[in-house]
Amino acid sequence: MAELRKETSQEMGLHEEQLKGRTQKKFFSIDESENLTYFHSFDVDTSKSATIDALDMTPREINREIRELMEKGIGDITVDNPMSRHGVGVGILNRLNLTFSDSLGYFGCGLIDGPNVHIKGRVGWSCAENMMAGTVVIDKNAGSTFGAAIRGGDLVCKGSVGARTGIDQKGGTIIVGGKTGAFSGFMMQRGRMIVLGDAGMNLGDSMYDGTIYVGGEVEELGVDCVQGDMTELDVRYLTEKLALYGMKSPRGVEKMQKHVSGKMLWNYANLEPNEKKLIL
Amino acid sequence: MCGIVGIIHKNAGKDVNIGEQMTSMLQALKHRGPDSTGYAMYGEDNGNQILRFKVAEAADLEGSYDIHATIKERLETVNSRLTELGVKVVNKQSPTEYAHRYEVEFSGDMKKVADFVEDVEGVEILSIGNSLELIKDLGDASVVSHQYGLNDFSGTHGIGHTRMATESDVDIRSAHPYWAYPFSDVAVVHNGQLTNYWTNRRALERSGHRFSSDCDSELIAVYLADRMSQGDDLETAMKGSIDYLDGVFTYLVATKDQLGMAKDVMAAKPMVVYEGEDMIALASEEVAIRTLFDHRIETFDPYHGEVKVWQN
Repeated sequence: MAELRKETSQEMGLHEEQLKGRTQKKFFSIDESENLTYFHSFDVDTSKSATIDALDMTPREINREIRELMEKGIGDITVDNPMSRHGVGVGILNRLNLTFSDSLGYFGCGLIDGPNVHIKGRVGWSCAENMMAGTVVIDKNAGSTFGAAIRGGDLVCKGSVGARTGIDQKGGTIIVGGKTGAFSGFMMQRGRMIVLGDAGMNLGDSMYDGTIYVGGEVEELGVDCVQGDMTELDVRYLTEKLALYGMKSPRGVEKMQKHVSGKMLWNYANLEPNEKKLIL
Repeated sequence: MCGIVGIIHKNAGKDVNIGEQMTSMLQALKHRGPDSTGYAMYGEDNGNQILRFKVAEAADLEGSYDIHATIKERLETVNSRLTELGVKVVNKQSPTEYAHRYEVEFSGDMKKVADFVEDVEGVEILSIGNSLELIKDLGDASVVSHQYGLNDFSGTHGIGHTRMATESDVDIRSAHPYWAYPFSDVAVVHNGQLTNYWTNRRALERSGHRFSSDCDSELIAVYLADRMSQGDDLETAMKGSIDYLDGVFTYLVATKDQLGMAKDVMAAKPMVVYEGEDMIALASEEVAIRTLFDHRIETFDPYHGEVKVWQN
């Protein structure tokens, strides 16, 4: 880790001592092999399949069953009858093709890093919260706080979503096929959000980085969110990204509106990349 | 955090077992609030009024040596006051020692009856209506439904609540639903916190409305009663509540033939809606609605500041 300038970081009030990467040295020593892999991350073979009937299972039992199948190297898992249960499909830290044949409840597929998830139904609040990598595709609608604090990957809802979509988003891409509710992109810090339908009030409120594209009408922009200029690069990006999921903007991507932060977080623009990492 | 549910059947007559359906949904939301459970269900209207009232709190039974005598005395006073007002009781049921259901014949002013009965110390009218039956008590849905025999209740629609107490005590008085006194057949359940409760309560009390508890949710019922007494229909009154109420809320309201839903402008409290051809079901979580179906269903979240009303 690059050494930080003492005066800059301390003036921000982030810490009292000069950071020299001690934390990283302690927890990510190359000499300690366990620091090179995730706990409960498995090598799986996506040509090996299994199905779980979750009709009479608790969320904990479903998650344990998924983990045990991954331990056996199975890389393609289908969960039947999830029955809108909460907290299912969470904490998966490796490549995996995971399909839910019906809707999930709250906090579905949270804290994941790598799997490709397909949900053939709806999801409740806080789907894929803190997702790091991978893809999550939902065929129907989603509840509020969709993709809260995600840092990477693609999170796709082909229907409409609730309020506070992508709150605290720190990276990755959120795609919404329908409309999104109030306060979407609230405190967004990085990444992209693509909404093909309408956006509710206070879009991008208090955002200080990232980009929000909207294909429909915006009810009202939030504080610090301003309309940006669509470029050829934006159009190309949107076209290619949406094509990945078989989606199209109803009025064409050229007519989508682009929204960015009009005002950076205090001193955010002057920070070194490593200092930004400390914040994010 | 509380859980709320609602269900309304269209074109189904009065023979749907909504008691069992409501219990099934409410029990699925037990984790959202284990303190108390309440039902407001709408059954057959045979022309008589249904009076649901309690003469003590459930906890009173363990807190006083002479409570049984006190309950008996209160009940006798209620009976004599009803007789005094010319109210004819045609059927009496007592699911518990403290909670009672009277079916009465009376064509006069039910507000006057309610005021006179509630004047008895420790007595609270839970509901009055031609078809409304409002039942609430401590415990989860399975406990309350068993205690009051609700699993055989037939009707067209209902709303229910599982409560996690945040703003007031764990007792029947603070449990939901709330009857919109003095309107027959109007009840409300709420999930959230209202921050302008005391200001608005004082204003409504000054204009003559009565509050039976210190629970902020009661404000919604009283506000709707106030607006409807001034000529608003249910939907108009509910739309007015979006600006009138400050805080976070999703609430359901039911009348004799309607079920309504309102959500605050921050959309801070959850609600999932299933809209079928014959039935509409609403709940704080989809997991509750799924208990009614053995097949995949389409659901959605209402939006911020949204008001919806369904007719049976």
